[in-house]
Amino acid sequence: MAELPDPSAPMIEMRNVNKWYGEFQVLKDISLTVAKGERVVICGPSGSGKSTAIRCINRLEQHQSGQIFVEGVELTDQIKNIEHVRREVGMVFQQFNLFPHLSVLDNLTLAPRRVRHQSRKETEALAMEYLARVRIAEQAHKFPSQLSGGQQQRVAIARALCMEPHILLFDEPTSALDPEMIKEVLDVMVELAESHMTMICVTHEMGFAKTVADKVIFMDHGQIVEVAPPDEFFSQPKNERTKLFLSQVLKH
Amino acid sequence: MVTLSLADIIPFLLLAARWTLLLSAIAFVGGATGATLLLLWRYGAPKVGGVATSLYIQLFQGTPLLLQLFLVFFGLPLLGVEVSPLAAAGIALTCYASAFLAEIWRGCVDAIPRGQWDASASLGMNFLTQMRYVILPQSLKIAVPPTVGFLVQLLKSTALASIVGFNELTRSGQIVANATFQPFLIYGLVALIYFAMCYPLTVGSRVLERRMRISR
Amino acid sequence: MGYEFDFSAISENIGLLLHGAGLTIGLTAIAATVGMALSIGGAAAALWGPGWLRRIVGVYVELIRNTPFIVQLFFIFFGLPSLGVKLTAFEAAALAMTINLTAYGIEIVRAGIEAVPPGQREAGFALGIAPISTFIYIVLPQAIAVVYPALVSQIVITMLESAVVSQVAVTDLTHAADLIQSRTYRAFETYFAVTLIYLGMALLMRWLFNRAGRQLFAGKR
Repeated sequence: MAELPDPSAPMIEMRNVNKWYGEFQVLKDISLTVAKGERVVICGPSGSGKSTAIRCINRLEQHQSGQIFVEGVELTDQIKNIEHVRREVGMVFQQFNLFPHLSVLDNLTLAPRRVRHQSRKETEALAMEYLARVRIAEQAHKFPSQLSGGQQQRVAIARALCMEPHILLFDEPTSALDPEMIKEVLDVMVELAESHMTMICVTHEMGFAKTVADKVIFMDHGQIVEVAPPDEFFSQPKNERTKLFLSQVLKH
Repeated sequence: MVTLSLADIIPFLLLAARWTLLLSAIAFVGGATGATLLLLWRYGAPKVGGVATSLYIQLFQGTPLLLQLFLVFFGLPLLGVEVSPLAAAGIALTCYASAFLAEIWRGCVDAIPRGQWDASASLGMNFLTQMRYVILPQSLKIAVPPTVGFLVQLLKSTALASIVGFNELTRSGQIVANATFQPFLIYGLVALIYFAMCYPLTVGSRVLERRMRISR
Repeated sequence: MGYEFDFSAISENIGLLLHGAGLTIGLTAIAATVGMALSIGGAAAALWGPGWLRRIVGVYVELIRNTPFIVQLFFIFFGLPSLGVKLTAFEAAALAMTINLTAYGIEIVRAGIEAVPPGQREAGFALGIAPISTFIYIVLPQAIAVVYPALVSQIVITMLESAVVSQVAVTDLTHAADLIQSRTYRAFETYFAVTLIYLGMALLMRWLFNRAGRQLFAGKR
């Protein structure tokens, strides 16, 4: 198990966050603290609001009540705040969302150059370093459509890392992948976790949760139902809904 | 009745067609600028800009171009601005083209998957950076065929400038037809000259569209 | 400068405007009805007709789509009489609008027919339904349902473009405006009001057609 993080300096704090789509409430009173270096896995059935919850953290979605703090900065309508938070929080998407009109290398260098105004030379060196880390350096000059799904997702992880974020959010990063490609992406994620990157992963990969998570959160119907360290979460789930969910995912 | 041979008539009409092309070019450049501004407003300030640009597009797509032309031609003098027929037609066609191009290009921007906005936002890009480096490069590619197609519509629309007295192809045709009493021949020639200008654009737009569909 | 807007010319000439609007709608109705029938026939001819017919339809469609409506109108109204075909202004306008709408309609209906999966035709044939009946009862309703919004837009465009028929002295809505402004010297106010009437007509047409469409094609898409 990792060292206990310092609770006085939370990287992310959500206090009683609520969100509605019209009449439908997607998030109900979500409260959550993530410390520096902590690895959190969020799981739950589809439609439980887990993706929405992490998309609120970099304000791809707006919450309607409650508060969200990222490194002490509250997320409000202020564009400056939002842009600041997005620079510190990286995200990896289910559908990769690589920029199809740019080469792999340009996908990685675009944000450092246009957001952080670094030179091309500097960013290309950085990009190659991260591409090597996700073991795909030889594909730097290809276009996303020429890569397999697993390769695309590793590029997407490297792209997020190029902004040197303090926190990485993963939104079901392996759900769109063919089974044989899941492992290559999970391996990269495990390495990242071992380097003490602060991570929040929405995923159904329970093996990943068992090996790297500091805590596992189960969400259902927009609520956080259960929070526990992985060994406890998997061996003695308290809530009935958690038990039912686990029996369904762990069956195969 | 004046007797004019085809050797006189055809060069006369072809020279007039230059003005049709000039007016089309003015309207296209003006319309492209207007449409860009409308779309920046629309996507930059979705609440106010979204409603305002929709209204603008509805207004210009829901009323006859001829009346838009009359409103500019008779309206600007009320503001103390005297306008030549070319200026009036240029302004009216610019407003008209802005609406159509904004609508076409809006469709192309909306065709870019939501994930591209999310991914670029998650990397900390602001609106203009997202537009400039991620959204526009992708939407421009799909925008070319329908934009070329709209050029045909715009070129044909310049014929209405004849009604406020601008001496382009249609009006020159009217003048010659009245002088020679050969309307069948003259309007046939005028139609052919328009066809010669428009048809290559139509074919070009079709070829581009097919090529794009294959490349995807 | 102290220009004062005065819209009294509009209220004093409501009758004239109503008459003009009625004529515009009448012309549009003729063009829409005849044009739709011809569009369906033209699309079928373009898809399955003999080679020579396909070529004629193709040339017709390209010629009309690549020349301005006003030139087509002048050609019919001023040009045809020299061949001995005498038309009133109203007839010339109705003919020009129908010819114009049909060219666009053929392309739209054809796209709709091509969008119907070939299995639909094959299923009809396999049931022993004659090709013409398969077309009318199976393929066509689905095709029209797909392209109905595009057809509605094209009819509205035809209505708006019909403003130029005032140039050959058809007493449509724009002609009424021309008349009022020449009598009252209130050009801007008149054209402004009439522009709004066109806008209202366009919105109303679209609304009515969409309502009708929802009833006609409910559950068919």
